[in-house]
Amino acid sequence: MEFLIQNIFNALQWGSFYALIALGYTLVYGVLLLINFAHGDIFMVGAYIAFFVTAFLLGDFGGMASGALPGWAILALAVPLTMALTSCVGVTLERIAYRPLRRKGAHRLYVVITALMCGLVLENGNLALLGASRKKFPELVDKAIWTFGEVSVTNLKVAVIVAAVAVFLILQTIVTRTKIGMAMRGISYDKFAIPLMGIPVDSIIVFTFVLGSGFAGLAGLLFAMSYPILEPYMGALIGWKAFIAAVVGGIGDIRGAFLGGFLLGFIEIGVAAVFPSTLRDLLAFSILLVILWWKPTGLFGVAKTTKI
Amino acid sequence: MQKYTFNAVLAMGAIVIVALSYYEVLDLYVQTVLMLMGINIILSASLNLVNGYMGEFSCGHAGFMCVGAYVSSLVTVILFTKDKVFGAPVLDPELAVWFFPVAIGIGAAVAALTGLIVALPSFKTRGDYLAIITIAANYMVISAIENMDFIGGPRGFQGMKRVVNSMTDVIDIPWMMIWIIVGTVFSVWLLRRFVSSTYGKGIIAICQDEVAAEIMSVDTNRMKLAAFMLSSGLAGLAGGLFAHVYGYINPQSFNILKSTECLVMVYLGGMGSLSGSVLSAVLFTLLIEALRFFIPELNAMMHGIGILPDSYEIGQVWKWVIIPMVLILLMQFRPEGILGNKELADVFPRLRKFYSFK
Repeated sequence: MEFLIQNIFNALQWGSFYALIALGYTLVYGVLLLINFAHGDIFMVGAYIAFFVTAFLLGDFGGMASGALPGWAILALAVPLTMALTSCVGVTLERIAYRPLRRKGAHRLYVVITALMCGLVLENGNLALLGASRKKFPELVDKAIWTFGEVSVTNLKVAVIVAAVAVFLILQTIVTRTKIGMAMRGISYDKFAIPLMGIPVDSIIVFTFVLGSGFAGLAGLLFAMSYPILEPYMGALIGWKAFIAAVVGGIGDIRGAFLGGFLLGFIEIGVAAVFPSTLRDLLAFSILLVILWWKPTGLFGVAKTTKI
Repeated sequence: MQKYTFNAVLAMGAIVIVALSYYEVLDLYVQTVLMLMGINIILSASLNLVNGYMGEFSCGHAGFMCVGAYVSSLVTVILFTKDKVFGAPVLDPELAVWFFPVAIGIGAAVAALTGLIVALPSFKTRGDYLAIITIAANYMVISAIENMDFIGGPRGFQGMKRVVNSMTDVIDIPWMMIWIIVGTVFSVWLLRRFVSSTYGKGIIAICQDEVAAEIMSVDTNRMKLAAFMLSSGLAGLAGGLFAHVYGYINPQSFNILKSTECLVMVYLGGMGSLSGSVLSAVLFTLLIEALRFFIPELNAMMHGIGILPDSYEIGQVWKWVIIPMVLILLMQFRPEGILGNKELADVFPRLRKFYSFK
């Protein structure tokens, strides 16, 4: 029983990361109908940005006096800084790579290939610039362990889960209750009529990228705090799997991404608890194939009809 | 006689290359680059069938290559060599000469069956979702092979060199070079014949408009099945050749980066243009090999000018920044590739005199 509850907590934490990244995928897809394949690598960049921000605040680069700030203050500063800087990366990508193609009205395939390549450039550029040595993320907040009977939960785990739920609620509110969210839904509905209604399409798209990349940055920071070893290829596999989570939930749907992320987390932790853990990826991908075969547009997705 | 010029030139070229390899005028490095060129031609031409002619977006091509490489290597190593894991050779090693193409064919057939993983979902899903399925297939293949410990798992698999050596013991000619030339010519010939046949034109019809093709009595599901299986089977053939050229394979050499290489070649050459695929595979191989020499030169030059700090060296990893960059720029400025949906003979009509193609 304790083993089960312990694993449920682990799955919730693992699923939170997937959910956070899947939300970014879904946001961009919902507006642009574009799979932003570079999103996983934006998450990786977010983790690295978090590393450099905290290192700067801890006084490693001589910007600050060492030990001037307590750990919680550094964390409080690092969260918005990381989110802002990662958003800048996402928006830059949109500006340089996606927008010119969109302006030309290029085929969607070309945009997808460009996204894929941007991801590779981010990964390998990071590897080339910073070297292959792994970075160790500093511990900011003392680990507190709360035990309930046999089950122990760290404060970090709770923070991650709470963050994922909070982000989900924020996004759901933005998309369903605000004007800007309405504009987002409008663009995905009909991108030719929307500019005629006086809605600045480009700013809305930039805002979408800001949201998605910002939360990817937050996920990167939390991930780096939970598993404090950073390497350039960390974003690739997690990004793919988060994307799978988004697809399984029905891409373009916020609830779907959130639930899909947790579903994948539970599947993976369940597999790792029962089978040898090397089979984790294989089973995760197989389950994706089965789900897509059964429901080609995901659990929450709406079936598309083609007009002839 | 004029219309057989192309075939004659091709045969002459093949004989010249084999002869030069035999008398070792070409050193081993140049030979390896030539072989890699052949393998890349097979890869890019076969991926062009799905990505160019059928207009789908498959980006897990290396997974099928992996299957072909492993299966054909296992067949040859089990049958013809004394191996630590699999024991004594089952057949006489001298038979390897005759059996080698069969082994490669078995690898290709199994890779084609693996292509079903992608082909079956493609009946219902299209576009982005199918792209995901192909990538998932690539990961699944690699992950599955890494979990098979008896063939080495993540440590890789070797022993194919001994097969090639036993082939040269029988008749001392550059066998791999010959088989790669045969495989390349066979693949390009097969694809050319396939897409220009009445049956194969269904694939181009699917690319134009699937619903209309279905109405005009193209069996789209069967067509997709044929296209995916032929494409992945040829990738398996390329993989088998690759394994026997290098003598060592490991699952990670067929990961997403290898698939990206195939994609770069297809889009560089032009979607739906076989001659473009061949041309771009040749150019791309030369580019990669040139970068191998160019990057240290650049490093030395930049250190000489003093742009770079002394502690930083430009390494070979920059290759993987430059190649995606090339593709990004290509997508921005000339998304249709070098030839762009035309064959070489459409661009230079005079070439038509030199080959017969009915």
